Amino acid sequence: METFLHQLVAGIATGGVYASLALALVMIYQSTHHINFAQGELAMFATYMAWSMVNAGVPYWIAFFSTILLAFVLGVLLQKIIIQPVQNAPVLSVVVVFIGLLVIFNSLAGWIFSYTIKSFPSPFPKEAPFGIKFMSAHELGSIGVTLVLLLFLFGFFRYTPLGLAMRAAAQNPVSSRLVGIRVGWMLALGWGLAAAIGSTAGMMIAPVVFLEPNMMSGILLYAFAAALVGGIDSPGGAVFGGFLVGILENLLGAYLIGTELKLSVALLLIVAVLTIRPAGLFGKVIVTRV
Amino acid sequence: MSTLLELTDLSAGYGASDVIHGLNMKIEEGSITTLLGSNGAGKTSTLRAICKMIRTRGQMVFEGKRLDGLSTEEIVRLGVAHVPDGRGTFTSMSAEENLRLGSYTRKDKRAVAEDQERMFHYFPRLKERRQQQAGTLSGGEQQMLAIARALMLRPRLLLLDEPSFGLAPLIVKEIFGIMRTINETEKVTILLVEQNAAMALDLAHQAYLIETGRLAMSGPAEQLKQDEAVRRAYLGY
Amino acid sequence: MTTMNNASTASSLSLKTVVWIALLLMAACVLPFFVSNYSVFQFSMVLSYAIALVGLNILTGYSGQISLGHGAFLAIGAYTTAILMDRYDMPYWVTLPISGALCLVVGFLFGLPALRLEGHYLALATFALAVALPQLLKFKHLEEWTGGVQGIVIMKPDPWITSFAGLSINSDRWLYFFSLLVALIMFLLAWNMLRGRIGRALMAIRDQPIAAASMGINTPFYKSLAFGVSALYTGVAGSLSAILVAFVAPDSFTVFLSITLLVGMVIGGVATLPGALFGAAFVQFIPNVADQISKAAPWAIYGVLLIGFMYVMPSGIYGAVRLAWAKLRGSP
Repeated sequence: METFLHQLVAGIATGGVYASLALALVMIYQSTHHINFAQGELAMFATYMAWSMVNAGVPYWIAFFSTILLAFVLGVLLQKIIIQPVQNAPVLSVVVVFIGLLVIFNSLAGWIFSYTIKSFPSPFPKEAPFGIKFMSAHELGSIGVTLVLLLFLFGFFRYTPLGLAMRAAAQNPVSSRLVGIRVGWMLALGWGLAAAIGSTAGMMIAPVVFLEPNMMSGILLYAFAAALVGGIDSPGGAVFGGFLVGILENLLGAYLIGTELKLSVALLLIVAVLTIRPAGLFGKVIVTRV
Repeated sequence: MSTLLELTDLSAGYGASDVIHGLNMKIEEGSITTLLGSNGAGKTSTLRAICKMIRTRGQMVFEGKRLDGLSTEEIVRLGVAHVPDGRGTFTSMSAEENLRLGSYTRKDKRAVAEDQERMFHYFPRLKERRQQQAGTLSGGEQQMLAIARALMLRPRLLLLDEPSFGLAPLIVKEIFGIMRTINETEKVTILLVEQNAAMALDLAHQAYLIETGRLAMSGPAEQLKQDEAVRRAYLGY
Repeated sequence: MTTMNNASTASSLSLKTVVWIALLLMAACVLPFFVSNYSVFQFSMVLSYAIALVGLNILTGYSGQISLGHGAFLAIGAYTTAILMDRYDMPYWVTLPISGALCLVVGFLFGLPALRLEGHYLALATFALAVALPQLLKFKHLEEWTGGVQGIVIMKPDPWITSFAGLSINSDRWLYFFSLLVALIMFLLAWNMLRGRIGRALMAIRDQPIAAASMGINTPFYKSLAFGVSALYTGVAGSLSAILVAFVAPDSFTVFLSITLLVGMVIGGVATLPGALFGAAFVQFIPNVADQISKAAPWAIYGVLLIGFMYVMPSGIYGAVRLAWAKLRGSP
């Protein structure tokens, strides 16, 4: 029973990471209808930035929040400089540019930080409080960080004027301009937020999977699966999908398939959702009129 | 009365071709001006041109400032509110969120709250449905919401694109009445594009007639109402 | 931002083009006798990549279906050849048509669910395939066939003749000429297919899918056919590369292999046949040069070029060369 509980909690913890990354993907998809293939590599690169700070002696939480800020700025800059010009280009051009970004950040990380695996610190103590045995302090902390993040985002989008404007710009850019919203900047902010969210996901998962340039590719796959299962244009769905995929992955991996085919399961999920119900559980079903 | 908006030799269009050619218009401050014409004449395109939603050539001057080089958002921030054809409602947001978006660029919170109350006073039906998802409102309610949203900007100039479209005559009468009140009490200048020429000419002070992208006639609304050709083509008698 | 739909296939060869091709062929035949064995091997790899790029181009360039997972077909071809040669002692040249046929079927079947996916979604599905591929190839229960993590080692084939007109023909040179022959056949077949009805149908579907369907073009059939043929080409290329390298292993088939193909297509020129040669040469030789700066350098270069080409040369090097040539000749 205890192993089951442990697997469940571990699944919720990694599910939180998938949920965050899936949320970042959905945010960009909602406003631009682009799938950000580079989301994982951006998160990885941000985690390396955090690592360098910590390595240089910066206290963890200062490094943590500085990284979030830096990732935000990086996201805004990338959108304004590289993505904005291809906003309305044909799909192939857009996909190629995203793959280009993926490749650049992956190789930059390898170049600057080398390909040797590094360990990334966890800010949480070794033992879980209250003598709990079925989950580690890091898992508990990771879930906590994810929840705080989600709460913050929910509050931001629901109750602040800027959040309202960003939602409006994603849904209806033309009408948004007509109320004076600077839609271009809203898209850039969306990218910044997505990059910032990705960076927290990276920093929470790195202590578990160890830091190396290719650490996020499998995780990105799970995030894609999560976003699709939940509904690629539904933030709530993405979060739900993330936790679902995390729990499924851990339980299936522990009891059924073993750890070797886990990525293929993600692949199967993706293909299944795309062919059977592309809108996911909570997304909008779109009917195209000819 | 001073000129609020002046269009000089304005041409505009989509893609490679122009749909309006060499328009000259003067909108007087505090007036209601109507732009009439049949389907496809270029009325909607004129409003879109003023807001730089399409490419333009020629001059547009609003309160002494040139609009030509500005983006839509910047023009809106100068005080031009546009209720587009199709209403442009944020359908998945509540009515109240739509109004909040209308006042997005304003900093004076208390005045914004007062204005929102005033909108509910003009459009009591919206007050009842303030939390309702805007996409589920009826056509008339959405039109009222769109006008209210535009007014939340406290605009100097209000552009209205076919507010009567698809609405029952009683509702249209109600909306037009509210527009007159808004013009008289709040001194909002209105440029009204309409296919329903009869109602528009009753409401407006000035009128312009556009045919295949060019101005065919202009003058006081009364004058156009009496004009033989206008009566036959647009008023049906 | 221009679209990449301007390229098309010449419907017949002008005399000038024939002369060019003949000259190129002569140069290609003479080449292996002037360079080292390793260089001969590299040129053979270029030919293999070129066939793969023709395959990718048929699917993405001509038929407009984005694939980020073509490494999978390279893997199927490579492993088919390796297994047939290693377990069944089949001669290398027999494995090529077999793997081609297998990939045609697999590709066509792939194409069926892909019909429902457009643009980004198809890119996503194929991307997922590419990422999951190495793990699939390492799967314990398939180890008996695939050789697991260690892969399969193949014997390098011996040349059928060891000398010709006084020139010695070793394994590398023999395989080079074999690759040249295969490439020639594949290019000719592709050219013939694309300039005819099938090519026109594919491009119509790519550019105006709804209009194409309403004109009576059986869109689902052609799109799946494109997938099948594309897989066939890439599978043959995979088989060829397995023979050349004499080794297959799961970690050769990461997502970066699929991205390499994408790079080759973009740089060479989308929807062009000659572009496949440019692109293949590029992805074969650039890493050699850039590797000396840093292990990561080739990929940084690829990334910058991918983005740069979308901005500046959407029709690739071949397209740019064609444009420049046209300007030089004074087209208005």
